[in-house]
Amino acid sequence: MINKASKVLLEVKNLKAEVGGVEILKGVDLTVRAGEVHAIMGINGSGKSTFSKVLAGHPDYTVTGGQASFEGQDLFSLEPEQRARAGIFLAFQYPVEIPGVSNSALLRLAYNTLQTERGLEELDPLEFDDLIQEKIKVVEMDPSFLGRSVNEGFSGGEKKRNEILQMAVLAPKLAILDETDSGLDIDALRIVAKGVNSLLSSDNAVVMVTHYQRLLNYIVPDYVHVMDGGRIVRTGGKELALELEARGYDWLRAAA
Amino acid sequence: MNLTQKNLTREQCFEQLLLGKTVKSTGWLENIRVEALAHARILNFPSVRHDDWRFTDLSQLYLHGFQPVDSFARLTLDDIRQWLIPGAIRLVFVDGCYAAELSDLKHAGAGVVVTSLAERLGDRQVESSFGRYAPYKQDAFVALNTNFFEDGSWVHVTGEVARPIQLLHVASKREVSSAIYSRNMVVVEPFSRATVIEDYVGLEGGTYFTNAVTEVVLKNDAQLQHIRVQREDKDAFHIGHCTVEAGKNSVYAATSLAFGARVSRHALHIVQQGEGAEMHLNGLALVAGRQIADTHTQVDHAAPRGKSIQLHKCIADSSAHAIFSGKIIVHTGAAGTDSVQSSRNLLLSDKARIDTQPQLEIFNDDVSCKHGATIGQIDAGALFFLKSRGLTEERARNLLTHAFAAEIIDKIPVPALVESLSKTILERMGGLST
Repeated sequence: MINKASKVLLEVKNLKAEVGGVEILKGVDLTVRAGEVHAIMGINGSGKSTFSKVLAGHPDYTVTGGQASFEGQDLFSLEPEQRARAGIFLAFQYPVEIPGVSNSALLRLAYNTLQTERGLEELDPLEFDDLIQEKIKVVEMDPSFLGRSVNEGFSGGEKKRNEILQMAVLAPKLAILDETDSGLDIDALRIVAKGVNSLLSSDNAVVMVTHYQRLLNYIVPDYVHVMDGGRIVRTGGKELALELEARGYDWLRAAA
Repeated sequence: MNLTQKNLTREQCFEQLLLGKTVKSTGWLENIRVEALAHARILNFPSVRHDDWRFTDLSQLYLHGFQPVDSFARLTLDDIRQWLIPGAIRLVFVDGCYAAELSDLKHAGAGVVVTSLAERLGDRQVESSFGRYAPYKQDAFVALNTNFFEDGSWVHVTGEVARPIQLLHVASKREVSSAIYSRNMVVVEPFSRATVIEDYVGLEGGTYFTNAVTEVVLKNDAQLQHIRVQREDKDAFHIGHCTVEAGKNSVYAATSLAFGARVSRHALHIVQQGEGAEMHLNGLALVAGRQIADTHTQVDHAAPRGKSIQLHKCIADSSAHAIFSGKIIVHTGAAGTDSVQSSRNLLLSDKARIDTQPQLEIFNDDVSCKHGATIGQIDAGALFFLKSRGLTEERARNLLTHAFAAEIIDKIPVPALVESLSKTILERMGGLST
């Protein structure tokens, strides 16, 4: 939902970043306001996944130029955990398995960390259980997954649903979904999309990084950006995604 | 000569220990003691040239002149409450002496005898088992223990015992560096089953040397869960030895944990004497600061169709040093042996060190033996994931370290102990992350 009057959450200007000495992002500009849904599309290697990781503060990537601010605060002066506490959430393309840490324990630890940050009361295990029982309905997850180690032995779809469960619990202002649709069958995709849609409000925003138009049938974007060669080369509405689906990416590259 | 000052040599330290208080006993035990002392004199302390000790730096231990414990320290239940396991059958020893008033034997009913060893020396069962397994003719520490121990535990299992049996060895806080000898003897009769927890703890603020020896006999079809917890005080030294003889179709499940002490070593030697014996060995050493923790295990598959599954983990932070040596020997005739050994290690700092040495010796065909070792650091991907969920670096590292340890701890079938150990680990890690 586009509302030009709503608050700017994320403002990225001429962002440049490299990994292992190779420049991947070569000047990205993006403005995200509260209430908006953005899709960033592009071929493999275009830099779209790098962009999401740089925003979350992944240590493998070095910012070499440009600025990014989150609610007016310099993003790059913040550690990853400070960004999370400020309200940024990254749903991982490849969710990490953590043997020995139960899903519910991690969720409660993360939730209480944010509660403390927001000056709110921490929840004890019983109170948290009430909350989590509500939240797992969002992603239609079996409660037995709560007691299991984080992502250990989960299928691809279960891992992605688990990411959205974390998003539901942490209630971020800006959720960045890094290829959340990859590796999902159609049923899982529908569940994940339904979960994300149920979390959208006029106060938060979503940036979806995706290769395929398919996801956008379920989570309808306000803006579609096409990334190529480390830059956003075209921005349009949801119809741009359909055009990409029909014509591929080559015509854009030729035009650029 | 009575050396109490620090900075002794290896020889002086040994001489000082030989001056320990002579414990008078009669008959069969006196003969063993005399023999043990004679062997101790011959054996002397091992040096790093000794192959079994080449990674283990005992020089810090040798600096001290350890005095015998000559008076009984009166502790109260409040002093040791943090280590008590609710509902357990409990023997408590303070500085190697039996503390009846701290022990709790009211649950030791039918199926088990749990008593002070010294009170039971007239028992034919004790006489026929004691000293038969511990290598007091080969190992100087075992020899010293055998000569100087005053008391210990006697656990005789003749049925199915549901409650855990805790053998709590407490070091009191003493003015002088003290030598403490702990001794345990566990015999499990056929078709009997029990859970035994050997627990070594120390009150804060003393330098002492615990020398612990345990002998375990599993008769045919016997089952034992044997948990050994070394959570001595930080300036302590701890050298332990446990020998297990496993009979036909017996099941021995052991967990050995090393958290405490400045320098510690535990040697576990299991001989599968009867065919079809099965064992599960789990181990964890968690060290920081300048701690040294050494775990040596040896499994002798001496009969057909034996099974051994072993997982040992070391976690070392700061300038600590952890050592694991795991030897598996499949003897001639031990056909159909099935053995898996895995050593997994976590280095938390650039200055920490872990030596792991899996060794397989196979003198037989028709066996399946697998072993593997890994050494790694905290997974950077997992660390970033946790930080991206709002956890601080410290919190995230502690969580991952705890999770690495939890794989061993969580398998212990005594929930109250799991909880208490989890707390111990988190406390140690609080110290680790600085």
